[in-house]
Amino acid sequence: MARSVSTRRTAVVTLVAWAVALLIFFPILYTIITSFKSEQEAIQGFDLIPSFTLESYRDVQSQYDYFTPFMNSVILSLGSTILALIVAVPAAWSMAFAPSRRTKDILMWMLSTKMMPAVAVLFPIYMLFRDLGLLDSRIGLTIMLMLINLPIVVWMLYTYFREIPGEILEAARMDGASLWGEIVYVLTPMAVPGIASTMLLNIILAWNEAFWTIRLTTTNAAPLTAFIASFSSPQGLFWAKLSAASTLAIAPILIMGWFSQKQLVRGLTFGAVK
Amino acid sequence: MTLKTFLLGACSLLALGGIASAETLTIATVNNGDMIRMQKLTDDFTKKNPGIDLKWVTLEENVLRERVTTDIATKGGQYDVMTIGTYEVPIWAKQSWLLPLDKLGADYDVNDILPAIRGGLSADGKLYAAPFYGESSMVMYRKDLMEKAGLKMPDAPTWDFVADAARKMTDRSAGINGICLRGKAGWGENMAFLTAMSNSFGARWFDENWKPQFDQPEWKETLDFYVKLMKDAGPQGASSNGFNENLALFQQGKCGMWIDATVAASFVSDPKNSTVADKVGYALAPDKGLGKRGNWLWAWTLAIPAGTQKAEAAEKFIAWATSKDYLKLVADKEGWANVPPGTRQSLYDNPEYQKAAPFAKMTLESINAADPTKPTVKPVPYVGVQFVAIPEFQGLGTTVGQLFSAALAGQTSVDDALKQAQDAATATMTEGGYIQ
Repeated sequence: MARSVSTRRTAVVTLVAWAVALLIFFPILYTIITSFKSEQEAIQGFDLIPSFTLESYRDVQSQYDYFTPFMNSVILSLGSTILALIVAVPAAWSMAFAPSRRTKDILMWMLSTKMMPAVAVLFPIYMLFRDLGLLDSRIGLTIMLMLINLPIVVWMLYTYFREIPGEILEAARMDGASLWGEIVYVLTPMAVPGIASTMLLNIILAWNEAFWTIRLTTTNAAPLTAFIASFSSPQGLFWAKLSAASTLAIAPILIMGWFSQKQLVRGLTFGAVK
Repeated sequence: MTLKTFLLGACSLLALGGIASAETLTIATVNNGDMIRMQKLTDDFTKKNPGIDLKWVTLEENVLRERVTTDIATKGGQYDVMTIGTYEVPIWAKQSWLLPLDKLGADYDVNDILPAIRGGLSADGKLYAAPFYGESSMVMYRKDLMEKAGLKMPDAPTWDFVADAARKMTDRSAGINGICLRGKAGWGENMAFLTAMSNSFGARWFDENWKPQFDQPEWKETLDFYVKLMKDAGPQGASSNGFNENLALFQQGKCGMWIDATVAASFVSDPKNSTVADKVGYALAPDKGLGKRGNWLWAWTLAIPAGTQKAEAAEKFIAWATSKDYLKLVADKEGWANVPPGTRQSLYDNPEYQKAAPFAKMTLESINAADPTKPTVKPVPYVGVQFVAIPEFQGLGTTVGQLFSAALAGQTSVDDALKQAQDAATATMTEGGYIQ
């Protein structure tokens, strides 16, 4: 009796989980389906079965070069993530293991920078970039992406580090480990799942960032977000083409996310249940 | 070994020299068919102008507007040629953000550019932007449904005829709406249509002293007419329909009439995308017998920002892209029907073009019927048919657009919407120092 109830419950829970997952994923799925339709099919209303034409992909390829924005996306998201980790690991370490009276305030302040709409600082940033000659440069945009994701990175790492018992570090110190040794040989190996998921999430956030990457670039540093934007049209319905461009742009990150989902889930739920 | 090193060095120096002498123009543009076609044809330009390379930045209209405005206002210098609309040109020219185009060449023939369009792009007798493509608005209607209703569309209909026809054509059980009009809020969405419509009703945004005019009977008549007509004969949820939504409805055969951009004619008559391609007729935008029609005037133009270091090359490019030869080039490669319309008189005089584009005559007449320097029945202090060319208009136009969209959706009454519009406009104009 008890067994059958629990089986039924599992079945219901599984079904609900699938339904929610499908609901969340549906817009992306429909984008992918639409990319295999002809333009006429795309506007004809809801239909889940495309004619599997590659017409839109051909058009997109012939209109713009995909490789340059793709490489820019890779460089920007990896570069900004690595830079952010270099800054955030020591910062989170000090906040987790050597907190001061102001640590909580500093953390809150960092998070508060994410609360302001980005457009509010568009002009100051634009002028700074202009004066420093960073407009449309990969290095400028890498720094920008690093800075906007830094609060999230620090916060995530801080929560992971807090889960590590300070006694282990103390033991290492008693055994004569230096500060550097403590971070590299004790803390980092224990925090690997946390660091990995922070890294993955940050890569995804940087890959998808579409405000600054469009506004601070023209051609040389423009990543895939600008590639998609160039297919969005105010007049005329080119939904199939836009979907094909979007599919091309999200495919790499989707595949990466698929392969690393175990780390992602482990990292995101790390410390959630005690 | 040394010789080899020397040769290598010489080669790399030469290569560097080659790179340095080639000028690269960065061109910001919108994503529409004509602009994409131009990008494909630029080989012709680079062949004629060795040493000039072109790089394109293509963006959606609103993002492009924000992007180029940021750049030009901060003198960022990221672009050498900008695609801007007729709304920006007078404002930016006044700010000295644009360079005048006075070296377009002897055979450019500035006087061939349609006067209605040229007027909106000039200040103090100087041209500040060259039109690449121009459009007006007109009535597109279903000939079969018109016939079924026992009516015949005149070439130049009145609003009363259009309203009557729309009500007669409506058959909601068959999913047919008599008329589809813009309702989505935005200065370039519903306000483009409603401002143009109000011109034909004798309304205006401001009087000669910049006093807002929403409290005048002409605006009430316009908005009443529009809301009632849409209630009786418009599609459901019209308050969220813009150009693309109405295009989809019309192409699926759900609209009897649609008043919108002339460029839509080539979409609705294209059998590849439209289910009603062979049943579409065209007519001028309606009037009220007051001497102005309810059609707008828009052009995408190419201009040179004052911050560029490559003004000479940029002007060469603009002269090429907006020349008669360019029209000929498109015709040779892709056929006359694909030539960017609405800029030059010579195109409309060309019998081959008239044959290839059945809507050509209506487009030209619509464009000529609009005058951005004298857009309304009563005098106004501003330039622009479906907009007011002052920097405050984008914000104000969208605010008023939201009020009118709410009136269409039935969330507020017409009187309330007009009263709030008057208050919003008065506040904006007082703040801007136009009125006390």
